[in-house]
Amino acid sequence: MQAAPTLRGGSGEMGDRIFKFAMLACGLAVLAVLGLIVYELVLRSGPSWHAFGFKFFAGHDWDPVNEQFGALPFVYGTLVSSLLALLIAVPLSIGVAVFTTEMCPAALRAPLSFFVELLAAIPSVVYGLWAIFVLIPILTNYAGPFLGRTLGWSGIFTGPFYGVSMLAAGIILAIMIVPIISSITREVLMVVPQHQREAALALGATRWEMIRVGVLRNARAGIMGGIILGLGRALGETMAVTMVIGNNPQIMKSLFAPGYTMASVLANEFSEATGVVYRSALIEIGLALFLVTIVVNALARLLVWTVTRGQPSRANG
Amino acid sequence: MADMNTSALHTVPPIALRRRITDHVMTGAAVLTVILVLVPLFAIFAYLVYRGVGSINWAFLTQTPKPVGEAGGGMANAIVGSVFILALASIIGVPLGVGAGIYLAEYGRNRLGDVIRFTADVLNGVPSIVIGIVAYSIVVLAQGHFSALAGGVALAIMMIPTITRTTEEMLLLVPQALREAAYGLGIPRWRTTLSITLRTATSGVITGIMLAFARVAGETAPLLFTTLGNQFWNLRVNEPTAALPLQIYTYALSPYDDWHRQAWAGAFVLILLIVTAVAAVRFAVRRGTFGAA
Repeated sequence: MQAAPTLRGGSGEMGDRIFKFAMLACGLAVLAVLGLIVYELVLRSGPSWHAFGFKFFAGHDWDPVNEQFGALPFVYGTLVSSLLALLIAVPLSIGVAVFTTEMCPAALRAPLSFFVELLAAIPSVVYGLWAIFVLIPILTNYAGPFLGRTLGWSGIFTGPFYGVSMLAAGIILAIMIVPIISSITREVLMVVPQHQREAALALGATRWEMIRVGVLRNARAGIMGGIILGLGRALGETMAVTMVIGNNPQIMKSLFAPGYTMASVLANEFSEATGVVYRSALIEIGLALFLVTIVVNALARLLVWTVTRGQPSRANG
Repeated sequence: MADMNTSALHTVPPIALRRRITDHVMTGAAVLTVILVLVPLFAIFAYLVYRGVGSINWAFLTQTPKPVGEAGGGMANAIVGSVFILALASIIGVPLGVGAGIYLAEYGRNRLGDVIRFTADVLNGVPSIVIGIVAYSIVVLAQGHFSALAGGVALAIMMIPTITRTTEEMLLLVPQALREAAYGLGIPRWRTTLSITLRTATSGVITGIMLAFARVAGETAPLLFTTLGNQFWNLRVNEPTAALPLQIYTYALSPYDDWHRQAWAGAFVLILLIVTAVAAVRFAVRRGTFGAA
């Protein structure tokens, strides 16, 4: 990479300097883009910040007409829909990853992971379209009444159910984040050293015991990273959620009730937002979403790195 | 030790029934999760093909939208608009992404390189709707109106991190000996990078570009308040422009059956575009030119 020969024509050296500078400029552009995002969001959310301060995220009322803005219903909706999605997606993703790396015949492995990753290539808006015309009818006709009968006592599956709901948003989000969590889990499982498996089997473990003790326990941090990465995606997901969550800025306990998320309110109201405070309130929601996803993603990358980069070197050394 | 082991072998019974049952149950559970994940996948594709193929007709592919509530018309302007916006995004995003990737691979073994690498990863996780807001702030507000360019900028920002990281990875796969051979022949470093290293890694770099392309091709959120949408044809950089994902979104939420039909047709065309790109990537990688790396 270094140690280019020192005996070289002058023109080459000049060219080298220009080329390196141009490439450096491209690299710095990446930094500039992130800087620009932070700058614009902070600058343009200023009026809302001055008007409401920290109370912005504690307020219940979202009333553009009277210029009263409280973002709590959106924060609540984003958190609940994302956590619901994780609750559904995590067991499924880990199951798929374990099956593809530890159990399935070698011939099935490649097509299976290809199909699961195909899920990631479907655009958000197509998920939304499918959810409106296929998922929601299934929920209202079958799943909803069933959940109401069996789990209605818990208070989270009660009230009228029209399909568009927190529950629908959670399910469609779950379908969307399975490929992310399972592909990272698969990556992490594959770097678990083979001798861990062999050792467990040699001690007389069954296959499941080998997976539990020898594989999953060693990959915990990386799997956690994958889960958090999935969470990051769910928090910022916009279109599919906007199409099925019902867009109602109220905090309701029942998952049958419609809700609203931070990303959805931006999608619905930003282009029509008139008035400085209204627009900056929306941008402040965007800023909060940005900060949360950055923290979440940084955490996830760190966790995945500790496994995929740290472990092999420790095994070799 | 040896004594204990042999005696243990004699006294330990064959794997207990409970443990064997657990093993089978967990295997069954894993198979079940695979089925549960694949069912929605097949349901989505089956439904998409079923509704999509039935809904595509000549008018859909050649006409612009009819006024609200009127049946007929098509999404021709949105299909062309999408291609136009994606072309703008690629013109902005590809050179920047590849350049940053070259910097990271060839000059980036230092603190600055680590910072850029980390920034690219962070940028990859920024929600697309937030990028839409930023593109609105820097392009739409500056120009005073919605435009195809604003959408192109938003999508370019989303393409850059993917292209940067894959370009870097692919360049690092090129054997060091190849670079050294070029230096040995007295070729300047910049020529070596462009004509030897980048050339060798071409198919891998293109893979990264196509992945980034596939990722942004279906994006809707960053276009909502940048390109805005348009009922008519537009190929001017400074005007609001129709895009396929936007049109699908609007039509899906409308109360009209004919618009629902067109939303499915649009989704089918969109998926066809993306799947073709992904398949092309797989094909290119399989017969990739850098098998030696």
